[in-house]
Amino acid sequence: MMLTARGMLAASVTTRAGGAARAALGALLLAVALGAGAQIRSAPSGVPPEQERELLQSERFRHLASELRCLVCQNQTLADSNADLAIDLRNEVLRQMATGKDDVQIKSHLVDRYGEFVLYRPVLSARNLALWAGPAVLLAIGAMVIFRVSRRPRAAAATPPAADDDARLARVERLLDADDPAPR
Amino acid sequence: MRSLKFVVPAILFAILAAFLMRGLSKDPREIPSPLIGRAAPAFTLPQLAQPEQTWTPQSMAGKVWLLNVFASWCVPCLVEHPVLLQMSKQGTLPIVGFNYKDEPRAAGGWLAKHGDPYTVVVADRSGSVAFDYGVYGVPETFLVDRTGTIRFKHVGPLTPEVVSGKLLPLVRELSK
Repeated sequence: MMLTARGMLAASVTTRAGGAARAALGALLLAVALGAGAQIRSAPSGVPPEQERELLQSERFRHLASELRCLVCQNQTLADSNADLAIDLRNEVLRQMATGKDDVQIKSHLVDRYGEFVLYRPVLSARNLALWAGPAVLLAIGAMVIFRVSRRPRAAAATPPAADDDARLARVERLLDADDPAPR
Repeated sequence: MRSLKFVVPAILFAILAAFLMRGLSKDPREIPSPLIGRAAPAFTLPQLAQPEQTWTPQSMAGKVWLLNVFASWCVPCLVEHPVLLQMSKQGTLPIVGFNYKDEPRAAGGWLAKHGDPYTVVVADRSGSVAFDYGVYGVPETFLVDRTGTIRFKHVGPLTPEVVSGKLLPLVRELSK
């Protein structure tokens, strides 16, 4: 086993904390020394290197990896995440692609094991209907409320004036003329 | 009619508050496993202690058993370890250790140091079998019934509360 990501992390953390290059070097040497007994973090994909490189660069792989969720860092896609699990799952996607599976098959391969949660875009099903229709329904309700509220003042204005309104209006005008000589 | 103006927002707020309240007590890391109610995926893996010997879950047919995913590098595994040791001492049910992406020597040392609650330990160094079980965090525990169907899954360390509250009642029911 070579130097692990963890060893490098340990080295960089030491640098930041201690600020001494010697500490970093020590951690690095330690990581190298421990290398033989280091834990397996993420296994290689097992896909031939040349094909792997080609697949990794393909638009299709990038698209797939951005549609699948890393389950340990839940708001990151497989493409975004460098968690061990994300690396494993990316490798699994690569393997599946190498065996000629199509996108739907690869996705269901993952859903079968990790559940629908692994998909960034939930499927349209009876169970997820509220999820998909919810925003539209809420928008419709909101539009309805606004429509009704905005009509209400007009309805009030349309009501016929009460019997004593003329007298009151006359009084208001008299008061305005008398008390408010200020020019506009 | 006027009171409706106050009652409706109050009700809406109460509904929203109820949802948010529920959200507080839910663990977002707990992802419902699609494997519950399905047959435990078959596999053949070498045993940790004797790598030349393999083990498969078929050998547990007719038994109610526990599959516990652990690793020597996994810190939360230490938290649940006493719970597993207790269960094994009481002979509640066979516990199969699933050593996940671990160095066999490190795993052996870990078990020697902290105690070995397992009837058998299998080693999945590449994590490929764990993938079939939808393992995304260690420790994870699966309860398998007599027909080889997964009945329960717990992600994260087993606590005495989970064991006595959920696991054991289910084990008793399945063992009838």
